[in-house]
Order: sequence, then structure tokens, then C-alpha cells
Amino acid sequence: MADQRKSAVRSLFAVACLGLGSVPAAGQDLPSTPPLSLFFQPATAGAIAPDEDGFLRRWLLLEPIVKPNRTNTVFTGTYVRRELNRDTFPGDFDSLPLPNDTVQAAQPLRWHALDSKLWDVKLFNFAQALGKPKYGVVFWAVTVIDSPREMRDVRLAVGSNSASRWWLNGEVVAELFDDRRMVMDDVLSDRLTLHEGRNVLRGAVINGPGLSDFCVRFLDEDGHPIRDIRIDVR
Amino acid sequence: MINPLVPRTGRLATVAAALAFGLQAAPATAQLEGEVFIHDPSTVTFSDGKWYTFGTRGGGLVSEDGWTWSSGPVRPGGGLAPDVIRIGDRYYVAYAVGGGGLGGGHASEVKVMWTKTLDPDSPDFEYHDVGVVASSDGVENNDAIDPAFLYAEGRLWLSYGTYFGTIRIVELDPKTGKRLAGNEPVDIAIDMEATALLYRDGWYYLLGTHGTCCDGPNSTYNIRVGRSRDVLGPYVDNMGIPLLRGGGKFVAGARGRMIGPGHFGLIDLGGGVEKFSMHYESDMDRGGRSVLAIEPLLWRDGWPVAGSNVAPGTYEIQSERSGNALQLKTDFVRIPFDVRRSFMAGPDDPVSPLPDQTLAENSAVWPKGNIRVDLSAYMVRPNQHWTVKPVPGAGGWFGAPYYSITIAGTERALAVTADGGEVETVPTFTGAESQLWRIDQLTDGTYRISPKAHSRRGDVALVAIGTSTPTLARFDPESDAGRWRFRTP
Repeated sequence: MADQRKSAVRSLFAVACLGLGSVPAAGQDLPSTPPLSLFFQPATAGAIAPDEDGFLRRWLLLEPIVKPNRTNTVFTGTYVRRELNRDTFPGDFDSLPLPNDTVQAAQPLRWHALDSKLWDVKLFNFAQALGKPKYGVVFWAVTVIDSPREMRDVRLAVGSNSASRWWLNGEVVAELFDDRRMVMDDVLSDRLTLHEGRNVLRGAVINGPGLSDFCVRFLDEDGHPIRDIRIDVR
Repeated sequence: MINPLVPRTGRLATVAAALAFGLQAAPATAQLEGEVFIHDPSTVTFSDGKWYTFGTRGGGLVSEDGWTWSSGPVRPGGGLAPDVIRIGDRYYVAYAVGGGGLGGGHASEVKVMWTKTLDPDSPDFEYHDVGVVASSDGVENNDAIDPAFLYAEGRLWLSYGTYFGTIRIVELDPKTGKRLAGNEPVDIAIDMEATALLYRDGWYYLLGTHGTCCDGPNSTYNIRVGRSRDVLGPYVDNMGIPLLRGGGKFVAGARGRMIGPGHFGLIDLGGGVEKFSMHYESDMDRGGRSVLAIEPLLWRDGWPVAGSNVAPGTYEIQSERSGNALQLKTDFVRIPFDVRRSFMAGPDDPVSPLPDQTLAENSAVWPKGNIRVDLSAYMVRPNQHWTVKPVPGAGGWFGAPYYSITIAGTERALAVTADGGEVETVPTFTGAESQLWRIDQLTDGTYRISPKAHSRRGDVALVAIGTSTPTLARFDPESDAGRWRFRTP
């Protein structure tokens, strides 16, 4: 069910539906929260390659910033640019956070260095497993790409739930607006250049109700995934 | 090309009229430009950077872009309804002398000659006579005119004939152009003339013209087809009716101001674009005279059928890759709507129409300068509606004019970005090359959209490289990424 529809239905029928269907009967155990280890493992030592399809799985993820939104339909370009930019980044936008660094938002938030066990990055489950807010939140993510040579006419291919913005080496390269579901290769950047050596990729995902995740990979001019790069968070 | 049912005197009169082609420029129409008057055009053939077609008598037409044509080609021998094919470094030319009912006779000879170039200004331009490869004696039920080549699987075939009896096929030697020793003609159709042969996916196709020719706007000419696994037949139509009994699946007929198509010739332009040349017996916008035309060719369930250029109008431009619509990448503008009332309303509550979102409502959030485009769910919104129309004087490419693509109700035009690599919209259409688009129908009925600005890099087109991202990239005919549909809102 689309997030907006969930939101609308939730608004309309929250009262009417109380006590129906989803509440376990007396004596029944509540389902346990899926652990973080189901989706992530701590980033291992040494850089890793993208997966076989080119998806980047190593990330520094910041615990979610509370940003209440009852619906994802507010995520127009104007709104998302205003809420996700250099100035709203918690900390120094041009510096690479260290694993376990904390930044001060409404609450202290910690950076986690993680390897996704899946092709995508399950932000909802990341927040849920840490006991953090899952809805009405902003996630920041950072990773470092080490390119063995200069690569021209490369494109960043992003899917996200919901809206997001992405910066490569400080420049905005991809923007996804509106109430979005995550699909691979949803939005592609213009042709860009991966410098030889270190390149910093930074993203911010905003979500109201519903699941939240993202997937990112680089594609060459012919649309093939780029795999001869290394990824790390340092 | 000659209907034997027309009384001889009348027939000669109409033929004389049909042959009286002038060369002055025609008024601008939606079809080709320049000197386009021709009857029985040969297969349009590329030679030395230009495209050539020859007609009845000795004349022909030449073009650099398949849109603007002029006279100038040279074909000795005169006669009727030639055809041209390139094999190796030779261009073989077949043409008929005699027959066709002209002067009352059906005795005719199909002759072949070859040259290394069709360009009369080339030092290699010289016709060499091969000789007679087929004939009719004037008594038998055959009239050896309207020859058509097919080179397939290393073998060279020639069909010929008209309504006076049967269509026949013979085999030629591709090295010399001569008839193979001992080869005998085989009857493959009746009730046809102006035939053409194609080979595709293991099928041989025999196309030809039904109806009456040479009668201006009253010509009932139309193009038909049958197919066979064997080049020698039997050719049957979609209903299983043999072409030897008068069958023939419809391919092309009169449309709009163009009457009486005939004399099919395939133009395979590569990259998934196939077109066909023909003459219309009558262009109503050019005094009802016979003209060259080029239109898209579609393939449906293994059968060729005429396609169509995009008609001027306002459309959703839908990506075949994702089903999403090309749109201005602007803030989504909501239509005021009370969701709660909708959910809670009873079945008998009164309803009234909601108005469409207006251009003013949608454009209130548009930035003033250039705006990029993306792909999104089609929502019948003004930033998703594109007006497509030919640009007068901008030229065209193989039967399709260059178009402007603007947001409906505005001058905001789809354009190539300054760096040449992406697509955006500019606030005002100026006619600049970066704002002109070639729209070619592909064989499956979808369209390829190519920027004129990249016409020298012929394989660049509008391509959906992501679910929501269009760009300019190499066109891959095997992929849906570069295919688009023009759908009425």
C-alpha cells in the first residue's frame, strides 16, 4: 500500500479500527522487532567492492533525525531542497564523520559504520532495531568511493523511499522528490566524473509514514554497473 | 502500372497525363518537399552520400536527407518502372521496354544494366548493359514490366508482371545480373502490378498493388502483400487466400489528401527504423499529381503494414520502458480534494464533475528559466501535455518533418542542453536546431525521438535510462528504453 494511502486510511479509520484485527489476543506474544543483524553487520576492516550488481553496501548511517510529516505528498522539490541541504546537515558537511561520532540534534545522534546484508539499505529497520523513531524522520548516509582511475560519463543511479538528495564530492548530483517507493535505477544523475582516488558520496532521505530505504550504484555510459571501485567509510 | 480494364484510348490519355511531370517546386505540404513528382519510383537507394530513386521514363530524384528531393539522376534506357539494388560494388538497374498496354501491346522485355555509382558526377559513373533477363511475347498472359529485385540468402531474384496475366519470378546471377542458365519463370500472383519482394525472419513477402492506376484522384491503387516460406511460392495472405487466386493482405491505401499508393520499396534505415517509398497517384495538395512519398513501415504478427507519422496535436509522451510520462520536473500541484468526504460519502450522495487542473494552476510553481524534464506517473496535468507539430522550413528526414515539442498552451520547448548531453525545456521556442526533433515510427508502432542537433551522430535519441530519468543516449533497437508512445490526453 502506498505511503500516502496508508496515511489517509490511517487518518480516516484509526478510531473506527481500534480493537480490530491486528492486536494480539490476550496471552499471545507480541512479535519481536527484527534485529539489526538481520539487515546489517558492522563494517569490516578494509575496503570492499560493490556487490555483483554494483550496489554500494558500506555506509555510515546517522541515527534518524525527527522530522514529523503525516504524509509523503508534501515532498515537492521545493520542500525537499529546503529541508535537505548543506545547512540542515548535522555537523560539518565537508567533513567525513567517524564511526561512532555523535552529533547534537534534538537528541544526540550517533554515526554507525555498517555493511548492508542486502542490495538495498533498510533505513526503517536500522531505526527500528535501534529503538529510534521510524516515521517522520530524516536519515543521512555517507560513504567513500576509491576509484582506481578517473572515470568519465558515469551516472549515479538511485532509488529511495521516500524523497532524497545526493551529493558527490560536495555537488548535488541526484534528487528524488514526492511520495516515492524505492526501485533500482529510479533516478540517474547527469553524466559525472569519478576522480581517481577518493570520492565522497553523501545522501539524505526523508520519510513520513511507511518503510524507508535506499539503493545506490554507479553505471557506466552503456548502463552497466561499475564494480572496479572500492568502498569504505574512512 | 497499367490497368488493362481501362479502354485503350482513355488509358493512353491517363498515362500521358501521368507522365507529364513538371519540376517546379510544390507548395509545402505535410509530405516530402522539393521536386517530388514521379511515377513508379524504384527502391530508394543510397550511393555516394545521397539517396536516389528512378521512375518511369528516364528521370529520377535525389536527396541528401530523404525529405527534400530534386531532379538530377541519370538512367539511360527509358522505359517503365525501374528497380535498383546494390550487390557488392555494383548497382544493378532493371527496367522494362515495351508492354504495359502502351500502344496496345503486352510484348515487353525486362533489361538489366549496372554501374558502380548512381552519382552522375562520379568518375565511376558508367552504365554497363547486361541484357534481357525476362520477356513477354505479347500473346501469353503476362506482361514483362515492373521488375523488382530481391537479394536474399546469397541469391538474386526478380519479380515482374502486371494485371495482364500473372506476376512471375526468375532467378538471376548476383555476380553478373544475367538470368541463370536454365531458369524458368514461375507464376506467383494474379491481380497485381508494381510488385516488390522482401525477406524477413524466414518468410518471403510479395508486395504489389491492387486497384486502378493513372487516374489521378480517382485512382484506386492500394498496396497488398502475401507471404511464403519458399521464394517461389505459394504466396498466401492473412486469410490463407493464395495470391495466385487474387489474395493480398492490405498494407497501405489512400489517407488524408494522398490518394492511390503504389510501387512499394523498402528503406531499411537501421536502428529499428524501416520505411517504405511509394508514389501516390494523386497528391490533392499538389494539383492531384503523382508524387514520391515515404512512410513508416510496421511489422505486426509477421506482416508489414503502413505506419504513420505523429499527427500534429497534444499528447502525453509515454515511456515504453516504465510507462511514465515525460514532464516538466516541477513541484507537484495538488487538485483540491477532500479525501475524508470521499471516503465517508454514501452511495446516494450527489456528485458533480471536478474541473481539470488548469495551466495557470500548474504553471504557478514553474521556475522562469530552463526547466529539466523527468518521467513520472501520468496524472493528466498541464506539465505533462506536449504539443507536437511540424516546423515549417525546418526540413525533415525520410518522410517525417522536424517537429517542435512544446508544453501545450505555452512556448516552452523541449531542447537539448547546452552541453549537448541532456534534455530540458527552454521558455520560448525559437526554431534553433537544439529545439527540433525527429520522430520516427519504429516497426512495432512506438516512436523514436531524436534531436536534430545530433543528426550527424545518427544513433542518439531520447532514452529512458531510469524509471524516472530521460536523457540523450545511444539508441538500442533491442531495448524499450528509447521507445515512446504519443497518447491523447
